[in-house]
Amino acid sequence: MSVVAEHISEHVHRDDLGSRMGIWLFLFTELVLFGGMFLVYAVYRFTYQQEFHVAAKELNTLIGTLNTLILLTSSLTMVLAIVAIRKDNKFLSIFFQVITIFLAFGFMVNKYFEWMAKIHHGIYPGSETLLAKGNGEILFFGLYYVMTGLHGLHVLIGMVLIGVMTRFTMKGTVNSDKYIHLEAAGLYWHLVDIIWIFLFPLFYLIT
Amino acid sequence: MHDKEQSVSYLDYKGKHSGIFAWILSTDHKRIGLLYLMASLLFFAVGVTFGFLMRLELIAPGRTIMDAQTYNSLFTLHGIIMIFLFVIPGLPAVFGNFFLPILIGAKDVAFPRLNLLSWWLYVLGALLAVISVFLPGGPADTGWTFYIPYSIRSTTNVMPALIAAFILGFSSILTGLNFIVTIHRMRAPGMTFFKMPLFAWSLYATAWVQILATPIIGITLLLVTVERMFGVGLFDPALGGDPVLYQHLFWIYSHPAVYIMILPAMGVVTEIIPVFSHRTIFGYKFIAFSSCAIALFGSMVWAHHMFTVGMSETAQVIFSLLTFLVAIPSAIKVFNWVATLYKGSISTDAPLLYALGFIFLFSIGGFTGLIQGALSVNMHIHDTSFIVAHFHYVMFGGTGFGIFAAMHYWFPKMFGKMYNMKTAKVGFWTLFVGFNTLYFPMFVMGWLGMPRRYFDYLPEFQIYHFISTIGSWILIVGLIIMFTNFIKALRSKTSYTNINPWSGETLEWTVPNKPPLENFEVIPTITAGPYEYKDNDEILTKEDN
Repeated sequence: MSVVAEHISEHVHRDDLGSRMGIWLFLFTELVLFGGMFLVYAVYRFTYQQEFHVAAKELNTLIGTLNTLILLTSSLTMVLAIVAIRKDNKFLSIFFQVITIFLAFGFMVNKYFEWMAKIHHGIYPGSETLLAKGNGEILFFGLYYVMTGLHGLHVLIGMVLIGVMTRFTMKGTVNSDKYIHLEAAGLYWHLVDIIWIFLFPLFYLIT
Repeated sequence: MHDKEQSVSYLDYKGKHSGIFAWILSTDHKRIGLLYLMASLLFFAVGVTFGFLMRLELIAPGRTIMDAQTYNSLFTLHGIIMIFLFVIPGLPAVFGNFFLPILIGAKDVAFPRLNLLSWWLYVLGALLAVISVFLPGGPADTGWTFYIPYSIRSTTNVMPALIAAFILGFSSILTGLNFIVTIHRMRAPGMTFFKMPLFAWSLYATAWVQILATPIIGITLLLVTVERMFGVGLFDPALGGDPVLYQHLFWIYSHPAVYIMILPAMGVVTEIIPVFSHRTIFGYKFIAFSSCAIALFGSMVWAHHMFTVGMSETAQVIFSLLTFLVAIPSAIKVFNWVATLYKGSISTDAPLLYALGFIFLFSIGGFTGLIQGALSVNMHIHDTSFIVAHFHYVMFGGTGFGIFAAMHYWFPKMFGKMYNMKTAKVGFWTLFVGFNTLYFPMFVMGWLGMPRRYFDYLPEFQIYHFISTIGSWILIVGLIIMFTNFIKALRSKTSYTNINPWSGETLEWTVPNKPPLENFEVIPTITAGPYEYKDNDEILTKEDN
């Protein structure tokens, strides 16, 4: 740990370990946030086992698998971007950050087509087709839209964050000595990834 | 003077911005604390007014001054405002912000800009709550608990209220996060965890509850919002959803939330008692760990709010048992406070009176809590005004009096002025008498079967309601005495220069009144614990002679 700089006039106070602690605590809150939804999922899965089983067959496992691959790869490129900046390779770091954003974008495009196909088939909250089905299926798709929707929102926020970091890296605010912001964005990105790793089997694989 | 040559006070220094922006864009923890103080007192005034009007309505059976719908909106708004805008931020965000860094010998919190963001989120949430009152559709009438299915059927402005609560929760999370990192990373050299003042310990335990419990209410309220917008069905029984699941999720946060409210108040009392009895705190480690124990056990008792909704008997017994267990760490604190007072040289100034008021009222609130925690009795008093009385004894008699104690204790330090001690004591006694007259009859009528949240009642309850309403007037007189006393002090020309009026031994009493921008000229090195009163025996012998 570097010594905390003292006697600097306007609250310029640097403590990378403290910042890292802060971001981890924030990630805990995100986990608890999604934890609430996983709890709701668990309760309804237990109550409506048969109907969840039927409903899950309607989801497209291929797109799900593809998206899992894309997101896992993007986590890798994010790590590489951080390693690159630590080794003072600014260009390579920017390159990997852009690839990460690109992969995230790909994830969202897939998600868009997946949702659109569902909506096209008349499966969305409040639709006649869905309301004609059993309660368990209504809840399954309700959870599907809410959980993947909130996850998608996190992907979008992650994209914006990494975009800002790319700008910072270009300007040199993020550099080989001070890359805590990029690291924070990276940790956030891994959270988005890990939540998907749980969503994927719960909705697509357990049929 | 020694003040001037040191540095300018936090009220006067010139930063980047000027005018009002010097405040609302300031990242100084003291200014942010004061911003929270002003905002939360403003909402306190609104909440008190609503409470006053409700009490006035209840003075006689039938319609007195308002119709039932208005009454429903009033108790909803009274709850939302008092809980989310006054009691939750009242101690951590106001006094925690102002004093935590000073108490641990730091220049500011760990993330000053995040701190400012929390305040802005608080203001945004508060504005939304206010807007919901004036939008067409009328203010929400669901009660602060937003119980399903009514909260997805009501045509009033439930949505803005839900989103407001969500944003306020986010603000609370960020404050908690900031405090945890501050306590871990910013303590002055030599200040180990066990040399920290106990207010810091209580804020630490509170902060963990804030960051681990609040996200649950966040997602729950978000799900209700989604439910209202899209009719997803997650909690809607018509679509297979489970309203009881909503109640579980709601209380998983909202029960620990009462510990977010009470723990810092216990911390304040723990600061005040040793100073005014001039004696080292009894059982430092027990008090510190009991804060953590309360935070831990308090997170596992939520279903005791739901004994009548239908739950397995095993679950009921476990939740009831855990509820009894939470009383143990609370009792440890009470015993330690009393043991600290024993053989102390006590000066009964206003801060101590408020602290003692806290102990008395909180004990009544705590014991009645145990009564409610017993399964069989709970069936009898569930949803009666007994619960309302218990809640107000803990939250107002506890946290409210804790906030007033903190205000009286730290007032000279914050503003460099001193209030009139005699008036402060008169204010306390009026408040104390008014409080008990207002809330004690609620225990009695609740026990006799008066339901809570009812606009009308049977004539046999009138005598209790009448006494209670009289109590509300006395209480308001007490509040007026207290606040005019403060305002008079603030407007007086004489500044108060004694930096340690109560002979406290914690760090805030070593810095000038109205502390300068970065609190300390030189960061102190800590060698001793916070409450080392070695001269108590001498004083006692002198007094005996």
